[in-house]
Amino acid sequence: MSTIAHSNDPTHGHSLHTHDPAHGHDVHGHHHKETFITKYIFSQDHKMIAKQYLFSGMLMALIAAGLSLLFRLQLGWPDRTFPWLESIIGEWGKGGRLDPNFYLSLVTLHGTLMVFFVLTAGLSGTFSNLLIPYQVGARDMASPFINMLSYWLFFLSSVIMLASLFVESGPASAGWTIYPPLSALPQAIPGSGLGMTLWLISMVLFIASALMAALNYITTILNLRTQGMKMTRMPLTVWSFFCTAILGVLSFPVLLSASLLLVFDRSFGTSFYLSEIYIAGEALTRTGGSPILFQHLFWFLGHPEVYIVMMPALGLTSEIIATNARKPIFGYRAMVGSLLGISFLSFIVWGHHMFITGMNPFLGNVFMILTLVIAVPSAVKVFNYLATLWRGNIRFTPAMMFAIGVVSLFISGGLTGIYLGNAALDINLHDTYFVVAHFHIVMGSASMFGMLAGVYHWYPKMYGRMMNEKLGYLHFWLTFASVYLVFFPMHFMGLDGVPRRYYQFTGFEFMTEWMDMNRFISVSAIMATVAQLIFFYNFFHSMRRGRVASQNPWGSTTLEWTTPVERLHGNWPGEIPHVHRWPYDYSRPGAPQDFIMQTVPDEDLPMAVRGRPTNEAVSGAGVPERVTASTDRPVSASSVFFARFLHRIGLRRA
Amino acid sequence: MNRSMPSGSSVNSARSAVHPREFLMWGFLVSVFMLFAGLTSAFIVRRADGNWLQFELPQAFAISTLLVVISTVTLELARKAARRNEFSALRAWLLATAVLGMAFLASQFYAYLQLTGQGIFLVGNPSGSFLYVISGVHALHIVAAVLAVLVTLYRAYRWEVHSKSLLGLRILAIFWHFLTILWLYLYTFLWWMH
Repeated sequence: MSTIAHSNDPTHGHSLHTHDPAHGHDVHGHHHKETFITKYIFSQDHKMIAKQYLFSGMLMALIAAGLSLLFRLQLGWPDRTFPWLESIIGEWGKGGRLDPNFYLSLVTLHGTLMVFFVLTAGLSGTFSNLLIPYQVGARDMASPFINMLSYWLFFLSSVIMLASLFVESGPASAGWTIYPPLSALPQAIPGSGLGMTLWLISMVLFIASALMAALNYITTILNLRTQGMKMTRMPLTVWSFFCTAILGVLSFPVLLSASLLLVFDRSFGTSFYLSEIYIAGEALTRTGGSPILFQHLFWFLGHPEVYIVMMPALGLTSEIIATNARKPIFGYRAMVGSLLGISFLSFIVWGHHMFITGMNPFLGNVFMILTLVIAVPSAVKVFNYLATLWRGNIRFTPAMMFAIGVVSLFISGGLTGIYLGNAALDINLHDTYFVVAHFHIVMGSASMFGMLAGVYHWYPKMYGRMMNEKLGYLHFWLTFASVYLVFFPMHFMGLDGVPRRYYQFTGFEFMTEWMDMNRFISVSAIMATVAQLIFFYNFFHSMRRGRVASQNPWGSTTLEWTTPVERLHGNWPGEIPHVHRWPYDYSRPGAPQDFIMQTVPDEDLPMAVRGRPTNEAVSGAGVPERVTASTDRPVSASSVFFARFLHRIGLRRA
Repeated sequence: MNRSMPSGSSVNSARSAVHPREFLMWGFLVSVFMLFAGLTSAFIVRRADGNWLQFELPQAFAISTLLVVISTVTLELARKAARRNEFSALRAWLLATAVLGMAFLASQFYAYLQLTGQGIFLVGNPSGSFLYVISGVHALHIVAAVLAVLVTLYRAYRWEVHSKSLLGLRILAIFWHFLTILWLYLYTFLWWMH
């Protein structure tokens, strides 16, 4: 990568100095001929790369959901045979029964595909690529070439990961966390053979891709903002992508070092993670390693990864909720602060995944306290979402429904995090269905809802057409209901001690009680997947048949809605617009519309609306606030809220 | 590439004095640093567990250190020559840098020979395995850097590196100096741990 960074365009440094600054390349930059290959395949346009990520992510989501249905069949009906299984998965479904080894592979690949390929690349890749240049006012990414390279490395890694499904010994089976020694010894389970090797190759490519993408996002945000786009005027989406990218740059290399040592253990006979192992009655000669070492390295990535998945969804939610509640986001600075706080804390809590590894109890307590502290910025976000919705003029678009769904899932999944973060309770809850329920709600479903909300909201920007609303509502209610029906009962199974990753629950008396519940969950999971087919139909049908979108269909304030409906290479036909205000000027009394675009200077507004809005504008009553001539961020809703609060309890004079 | 980078354009009004490419390199260095932070902290954690073979560091590491330090000086001399448009000096110093980089790799290889002479192999107690993996991953980065020097040398022969076109050379220098500092850190770390 280093060589690429400064040798792919040898004339660059030269041209930088000979071009007259008044005549940038942009003016003629998008008039060159484009072939099918440069436009749709090896595209360097951020919008096309975003769509490539979206399509890949959707395909991977479909595959990952399909895999989960296969193992849900087994869990729901362990006593039945499904003869048609043999015709789809062949040897693995011999006699209509799922092979136990393949069950483990399905669980592993479902997790890997969802966490990395759908919710990291599909979510962050799509929306960071689409929105960062649009919303900061840039023609494209800092390095469109590296951006393209990043997508194609991701594509290659997806192909390798999917190819591992067709390997004779089966794909990786040690769980998405691939703990050694299980994953390190090919003789341990069939899935630790070639399938595991392909998993590692695929992930190394994925890490390279994620790093390139993240570096590009950070550089674009810091270097290519348009005139007037101060950091404090960036939409919260961009802030969330920024924090996500920083987490990626800091944590993915550590996963690389963990994988590298695992590759050495698997292929070159070292024993970084192996010690005193008996396998098939024989002692292995390899000693001196520590499997716990892998867990430390893995979770140093693994925990930030949770927020890499979550934060973009939270950013999209902020934007969609403010737009559709027609209200400024409540507590902009607190929202930014909580993103930064979550990012920082995510690096020092990895030990809560390892409470029962024999960790020093004192260390466990430190990790526990740090983990519980994350509840603070998370609660700030939830409170601010609710306060933004409070007395808003809410438009229930499908995007808004999904955004509110994110808040709902973030609350219910976040609450169980408080239980799991507790070192003592974790002794009971570790590796049970309680954990499965927790992370599927707070990380899996909430992020997936954020991604769907984003697709509904920015679809007009991507395709120039609107998605069908009725189908959107149907999709939302079916998904929302089935997500809770699938994951909520799992909490109770977990509290009862039902372990995760078991092939069937028929062997133990206390688990057999949950057979009916498992069947119910499986039916709900099928319903959830069918609901996604509605979305797929809507997505592809609207591309050709949808209502034609106007330039700014949601009455939004951010820069992407100033670009023309037909999407140009270079985004704006003329000059890049300048920014004069923060992105959340909704419902200012006296303004000609209920939103003021970021590009509108104060001179274009009636006198009464200029400068910082008065408190009535944001909160509707109470404390007088001086109207200044500053065009800066207006008085935030939160400061007015707290001023009113202090006034109420008599600590602040009116 | 048939399209010029929008990033170079002034219409985008770059927000910082640092060129986006140079910024990308700094970001890349952060991630390389994290890679080695991961490896060296794994080293510390594993060492604290006991069952750890102590042995002498190969003496060739000292020679490697000397070589890589000299190479940063020659690269700086090359940059000085480029700023003054002294093209033959530029080429000579770049060539010297590349040769020193390759000599570093040779010296590291010799260090591996010394290690195997002591009976320390890649396969065995993790203390030896770590030494091979950490220095090997660093050497891989040096290989990339030497290739980058050779590309720059090629560009210098095509008159593409001069006082008005220094960006590529500057980014190369950032990478090269970083790898030197990284090696100094690794050497000190390993010396401390042995």
